[in-house]
Formats: sequence, C-alpha cells, structure tokens
Amino acid sequence: MTARSFLVRGLLAGLIAGAFAFVVGYTVGEPPIDDAIALEATAAPAAAPDPTAGHTHDHAGTAHSHGDDAGGGISRTTQKTWGLATATIAVGVALGGIVALVAAGVAGRLGRLSLVGSTALVTALGFVAYSLLPFLKYPAAPPAVGSANTIGSRTASYFAFVLISVVAMVAVVALAGALAPRLGGHQAVVAAGTAYVAVVAVAALAMPTVNEIGAFPADVLWEFRLSALLTQTALWAALGVALTWLLGRLESRSRATA
Amino acid sequence: MSHTAAAPLTGAPTLPDVPTVDLRELAPWALFVGLLSLLVLFFVSADQGAISIPAGTAIHEWVHDGRHLLGYPCH
Ligand SMILES: [Zn+2]
Repeated sequence: MTARSFLVRGLLAGLIAGAFAFVVGYTVGEPPIDDAIALEATAAPAAAPDPTAGHTHDHAGTAHSHGDDAGGGISRTTQKTWGLATATIAVGVALGGIVALVAAGVAGRLGRLSLVGSTALVTALGFVAYSLLPFLKYPAAPPAVGSANTIGSRTASYFAFVLISVVAMVAVVALAGALAPRLGGHQAVVAAGTAYVAVVAVAALAMPTVNEIGAFPADVLWEFRLSALLTQTALWAALGVALTWLLGRLESRSRATA
Repeated sequence: MSHTAAAPLTGAPTLPDVPTVDLRELAPWALFVGLLSLLVLFFVSADQGAISIPAGTAIHEWVHDGRHLLGYPCH
C-alpha cells in the first residue's frame, strides 16, 4: 500500500466526515447560535458584560456583524447552510489528509495492531488531542461572548494549547513504543497515558483562563457548548469510521490479489 | 499491543502481516499535505479574526458558524 492510497482515502473520509458534521452542526448547533445572536442584537448596546468604553463587541456592523447588518454581505441563511458546510467540510478534508498520512506512517508499526486498529487509534487520539482536551481548557464560545480586545490573546492561547496537546500526544505514543519492549504493552500504554495527562494538566494550569461570559444566559451557553462538542465528535467519529472502512476494504482487496 | 513475547498457542492462526508504508516515500506527501492542511485549517479557524490575510471580513463571515461550532475563538 502506498502513501497515495492512504491519502486519497483520507481525503474522501474527510469529505464524508465534514458533510456529517454539517448535518449535526446544522441540526443541534444552529438553534443556540440563533438564540445567542438574538440576545446579542437586543442586549449589546446596554448590557455588555464589561461596561468600560473599550470593551465593545463591534456589533454595530463594523468588524463583526452577523450578516444581517450586511457586514460581509453574507446573510444568516448563507452562514447557516453553505458557510457552515464549507467550514466543516474544509476542516474534515484537512484533518482527513493529516490523519490518513499519520495512519500510513504507523501502520504495522504500533505493536501488533492491525491496519484498522492502528488507524482507529490515530483517529481517536487525534480527537482527544486536537478537539477534546482543547475544548476542556478553552470551551467554544457562542456569538455575543468574547471581547474584541482579547481576540488576539485568546486565539494565541487556544492554538498554543492545541499545539502542546498534539505534540504531547505524538511524544507519548513514541514513548509507549520505546517502553513497550521493557515494560510490556499494557504498562507502556498506562505510562504514556499518564505522561500525556500530566503534561496537558500542567499546561492547562499554567496557561491563562478565559472567562468573558458576563451575563450570557447559562442555558443557551450550555446548549451551544454541548452542540459544539457534538459537532466535533461527529466529525472525528465519522472520519474514523469512514477511513477504517475504506482502508480495511483496500487491505482485504490487496491481500486477495497478492 | 500487549505482551508480544507470549508464545503463540499451538494451532493458533498466525496473524497476517500488516502492510507498512516506506517512510521515505511518505515524507514528501506528509510535508506537502501537512502544510496545505494547516493552511486550510488557518483560513477556517483564525483568518480575519486575530490575523487578517487578506484584510477584510468575507472569509470570517462565510465560515462564521463553523468557527464557533468547531471550537475556535471567533471574535
Ligand atoms: Zn462570531
């Protein structure tokens, strides 16, 4: 099997995953986003979470309108449909390509895991490192939450945390591989898992906390965050299922002809 | 993954070899796809928020709902 055969299947699986994430995001995520934008539209002028003058959200239609103000000339309907689909499919295909090539690199090299097993593991660990742990430290924020003044530092913190989490995950998998001959597979996996949790916990404690929720209603916040987590879980789960299925088929076909 | 040293039971079926990919063949693909994927992720996740290349809000507005739901800081 070639790198190209992995990549093609990864991109296809990513496309499927992105489309599935769109369906989930549209169904469960758009209602709370609409609620948040409605709150933002009514509450923004009078009740911004921070009353200081510099803390505006630019909701007047300059930097961050939500379509209806004709900021980018993009309507809410377009943002909810084609816009959301573009985002989930683009991210799905990008992650699919990366995951497939990582799966190609570790195939046959992770203990005695089968191709399907190692590919499923790569996808699961990718979800934990890229989406789940960053979500626990910096949970998704709905429209109307977050100050325009801190977007720079929040973006930097978020991606720094993602980087630490992903690099730590790659490192502990390599660690598990190095320890396995001496400790045995089970102990090596426990040691690696502990090391990952330790590194990410230290990073989470050391890095700045973001709390700009203000008076945003808790029920809408909860609904939004749950839907964001569901959307990301749907993307990774569909990516894992589609990619392992496509690679498993390829493997059995090449075995049959070999 | 566990206890690879354990002796196989007599009569146990031998596991088929898992296909491997030559890492030298993989490297250029990984570099190219890695960079391209990071570029795509950047446009969806962060462009025209903290950093703007190109300037404007069109990309930000287009992927806006996805940016929120996929957990990236939007605004
Ligand atoms: Zn937004």
